[in-house]
Amino acid sequence: MLYDQFKAKAEAVSAEVYRFSDRNAALSWLVDFLKREGMGDTPETAALWASGPFLTGGERQQLTSGSGISFVVTQEMAAQARFGINLMAWALADTGTLADNSTDIDQRLVSSLPTIHIALVPTAGILPDMPSLFTRLHPRDCSYLAMITGPSRTADIERVLTIGVHGPERLVILCIDAFEGGK
Amino acid sequence: MDKDFKESIHRALTNGNLTGALGAFSEAYTVNRAKAYDGIDFEELRKKIADLKAYAAANLEQLSAEFTHNAEARGATVFRTDDPAAVREYILNIAQENKVTRVVKSKSMATEEIHLNAYLEKAGIEVGETDLGEWIIQLAGQTPSHMVMPAIHMTREEVSDLFSKEVNERLSSDIPRLVKVAREQLRPRFLSADMGISGGNIAVAETGSIVLMTNEGNARLVTSLPRIHIVLVGIEKLIAHFADVATILKALPRSATAQQLTSYVSIITGPTANPDGSMKNMHIILMDNRRSEMAADPLFKQALQCIRCASCLNVCPIFRLVGGHVFGKVYTGGIGTILTAWFDALKQSEDIQSLCIQCGACKDVCPGMIDIPGLILELRRRLVQEQGVPLLLKSIYTVVNNRSLFHGMLRAASVAGKPFTSGKFIRHLPLFLADLTDGRSLPAIAAVPFRDRFKKIAQPTQREKVVFFAGCLIDFAYPEMGEALVTTLNKAGIEVLFPEGQTCCGAPARYSGVYDVAERNAIDTIKALTAVECTWVVSACPTCTVALTHDFLSTFESVGQAGWLTEARQLAAKTIDFSSLISKLIEEKRLTFQEGKSLEKISYHDSCHLKRTIKVSKQPRELLRRAGYDLTEMFESDTCCGMGGSYSLKMPEISAPMLQRKIRNIKATGAAIVAMDCPGCVMQIRGGLDQEGTDIMVKHSVELLVDYLK
Repeated sequence: MLYDQFKAKAEAVSAEVYRFSDRNAALSWLVDFLKREGMGDTPETAALWASGPFLTGGERQQLTSGSGISFVVTQEMAAQARFGINLMAWALADTGTLADNSTDIDQRLVSSLPTIHIALVPTAGILPDMPSLFTRLHPRDCSYLAMITGPSRTADIERVLTIGVHGPERLVILCIDAFEGGK
Repeated sequence: MDKDFKESIHRALTNGNLTGALGAFSEAYTVNRAKAYDGIDFEELRKKIADLKAYAAANLEQLSAEFTHNAEARGATVFRTDDPAAVREYILNIAQENKVTRVVKSKSMATEEIHLNAYLEKAGIEVGETDLGEWIIQLAGQTPSHMVMPAIHMTREEVSDLFSKEVNERLSSDIPRLVKVAREQLRPRFLSADMGISGGNIAVAETGSIVLMTNEGNARLVTSLPRIHIVLVGIEKLIAHFADVATILKALPRSATAQQLTSYVSIITGPTANPDGSMKNMHIILMDNRRSEMAADPLFKQALQCIRCASCLNVCPIFRLVGGHVFGKVYTGGIGTILTAWFDALKQSEDIQSLCIQCGACKDVCPGMIDIPGLILELRRRLVQEQGVPLLLKSIYTVVNNRSLFHGMLRAASVAGKPFTSGKFIRHLPLFLADLTDGRSLPAIAAVPFRDRFKKIAQPTQREKVVFFAGCLIDFAYPEMGEALVTTLNKAGIEVLFPEGQTCCGAPARYSGVYDVAERNAIDTIKALTAVECTWVVSACPTCTVALTHDFLSTFESVGQAGWLTEARQLAAKTIDFSSLISKLIEEKRLTFQEGKSLEKISYHDSCHLKRTIKVSKQPRELLRRAGYDLTEMFESDTCCGMGGSYSLKMPEISAPMLQRKIRNIKATGAAIVAMDCPGCVMQIRGGLDQEGTDIMVKHSVELLVDYLK
């Protein structure tokens, strides 16, 4: 129910939303997606993953060696990279918004500088609205609370909606039902 | 009026790009805004916002201290000052101490208020705006024309010319391509800037947080990449509680751009690590610049409830014609007029306040529940108080202030005007109607005013009596409306009384800021209307109705007149507009419709005061439909026709295109008759249609109903 609303609202603002039963399904889709969209060895085709506690050591190694995803993030790399990947712990169904504590600069680098931002979201983290988010995420414990609703956009020239100004041109959201499971 | 100001209006009106872009935007905005608020109780939401912002405005000292304490506890440095010069020096100091050579900015009205860019540039620091619209404006060497859409007045071709110069390459005017160029050009500046300067949409006292919203993502980069972050906010951005952020964010994007939420919202509480691992140097400047003074003003304190959504610009029928530049360099539109009067100087608002036609469209959509037209009227009053009344106006109001002289001159005009009368229209009227000519014919002063005709109407004596307040237009230009009203009420078994002592309701004087005359008019009217016993005082002019129900009290309050308050309240309670009274009489089955009538196709124009002050819009439609008329709605039925009393005299250049737009919308319905409840609108619209030579009839509802009620 919340997922359906979230998906509809996020898609209405040009985000792409997919749902997976578990992390393995999501990760293998992600690797295919990156290859399909041109991930490569050059800085311009790189995929950067802002690490978090989500991935197991095994998974991480597999992704690094098998696909070429980098878990090292710097401003220079992020500014050139085609893909930025991170985990966003929360989502808001009523506006199609992603939210998380982005105090860690890497979280912001991968979600603001690359051309395509891919966010992994636990389906269980979809909340009805902003007030319910604020009972879980509070400035008390969070110096940079970030909310993202669709890709970067502007209508500053003749009111024509154009996607991709200073931030990502595409926002790809992977909702994962059985989010836990890795160790 | 200042000559440069007149010229700037003329330039704006003749700028096809501007009026085209703004017109298209404002039409789409109304529809999209309604969609964005679908399922949300806007009245409830804005009450909450108004309350929490009013609380903040009343506690600025305490909230500033609390914010400072909490932000500093998190590692930010907070500087509070009243003085724009001190803000500029503070920022320059930090820049020089830290050897800053390049600054990137995310849109901030407060920095524009203090003209920061020029100041830093003079000190040899490169300052780059990063919001696309702001960057365009910066490249063009202009100032923003809209608070949310700074470059809305420019075409893609103009932008392409600017960008082509910037990149030394001939670019096409393809918008996605131009946006890409901006991305490519600005990206290296973000990456190499030493200092980021942002504004803030909200400052939360409880947590010391700054809330920033953008669609492009520039605020995220400005606040994340450079090693120094400066936030400049006006203290009116303070709110007490963090939970209230959600309340404001529910309204702000919906009202600003009809979005559910902007692409990015950042809530920043203290410094975070920079990309190189060092800690950010974060400064927050709380700028007063007369905001505390505003908070202490019993009327203007409500202007601090503004959340800067600019919806008052988007719905303004004047703004969409003239755009923002005529308002000055920083804050534009209705709220901008008020802010300019305070942050700059009252004198600075002298010309721009006169742009307001008092239609009330902005008040209806303001998420901060600010009575913008009311405050503009108050500016007008204070300006008149400070500078006196222009000579011409003064001589007019001296006449209006003296009923017998005023009425005598109107009678004389009916004779003097004769040679120029062609059919029902003449080209010139004396007195305050003197120069109302362009694009519109004007009614002849009636040969026999209503007050004389009334004496000849044979009414049966009835137990129930209703007083009719005619107002100048019905009395002297459209007596037939008054006669129709008497006939209608007689059918309900009501005897109509017309106290002879009634005069002008004072609206023209009040709307010109000449409150002493408005006060005199109000007292004379109260004396005349309360001298007789009656169940209702009915008016068929919404402006007069509003005068009797709202404005007398407000005028008395403004001028400190306490002697007539009780009577004014009694009169207000008894006063009713024509359509509401007839609806009541039908409900009580004292009037019924003749059955089975199938009448002409008509359309209905909502008069500003009736719809937005008296809140009556369904009743007249229902009455007309039930009488048998085939009612078809016109586009923007409640957009002002451009009359606005003496506005059309003072601002004919603006009034005329408003009227043309109204006429276009009327014609598009294919209706044979256009109905309305206001004789002022009848005068404006009938005059416009007459000049166009169409045979669409313009009628007051009373004239359309009288024959079909029994």
